[in-house]
Amino acid sequence: MEKDEKTTQVFSCKGMECKEMLEKLSEYIDGELDPKLCQDLEKHMADCNPCLIFVNTLKKTISLFKYASSEPLPKEVHIRLHDYLKKNCQGC
Amino acid sequence: MINLSDQSLIEKVRGGDYQAFEFLVTRYEAKVYRLAIRMLRNPQDAEDALQETFLQVFRGLPGFEGRSQFSTWLFRLATNVCLMRIRHRETEPSKLLPLEDYLPKLEEGEGPPMVDWADRPEDALLSKESREQMMGALDKLPPEYRAVFILRDIEGFSNAETGESLGISIAAVKSRLHRARLALRGMLSEYYQRKQDFGGFETRLED
Repeated sequence: MEKDEKTTQVFSCKGMECKEMLEKLSEYIDGELDPKLCQDLEKHMADCNPCLIFVNTLKKTISLFKYASSEPLPKEVHIRLHDYLKKNCQGC
Repeated sequence: MINLSDQSLIEKVRGGDYQAFEFLVTRYEAKVYRLAIRMLRNPQDAEDALQETFLQVFRGLPGFEGRSQFSTWLFRLATNVCLMRIRHRETEPSKLLPLEDYLPKLEEGEGPPMVDWADRPEDALLSKESREQMMGALDKLPPEYRAVFILRDIEGFSNAETGESLGISIAAVKSRLHRARLALRGMLSEYYQRKQDFGGFETRLED
């Protein structure tokens, strides 16, 4: 039952079409969207829960990748890189 | 020397100061390694690419005219080194992403409902298993899309810098970035939904 309600919500969108909105989401997240379109989009999201969820999870995806990719360079890789360069660059 | 700008270090390197080059390498090595490991998914290949990139940097510095920023030029070299290595592999996906596979279904009765996993606890979203899923998802992107996502969203380059690093237009950066983000979100959503269905968020599986 819950599934049907959510699916209907997606299907019954009014105003700006969901599909059209999806195409502009990256520009919206990056603050590159024209202010008028931005307003339309926010109005749409206020009435369309699936689109709101989509935006939230899209933003979260980006921040999770950023966070998960912040590991430091392994010390031994640093040492081997500098040894390699010293050996190969001197006398280049 | 640690406080000198890239340009000042480059001038010193050109004047024969090898230590200045080592400072330059130390400044960027972690970023280049992160790019390489995300692109190549193999620590040995990533280390080889790291070494090759900085050797190319050293050899290329005399001809570097400073028309673009050093970091942009460096990442162009690094990305090309990675892409060359990928092209020599046979298993990389090279077709355009089927974007519609990762979009929410807009027609009634089709596809699963939207699951809002964004407010789940970070330790569950970033468990060891989740991180492996994330890296697996990144690996499924065609390399040209992966490179845009890494430079733009992980390393924080601007659209213009990313475009310059990859030799593509800003419009192409935006388009690839958008497709990459949607695809990654779609893949993560599938995974987190599966996890939720099996109670993974509630039991908080430990690493």
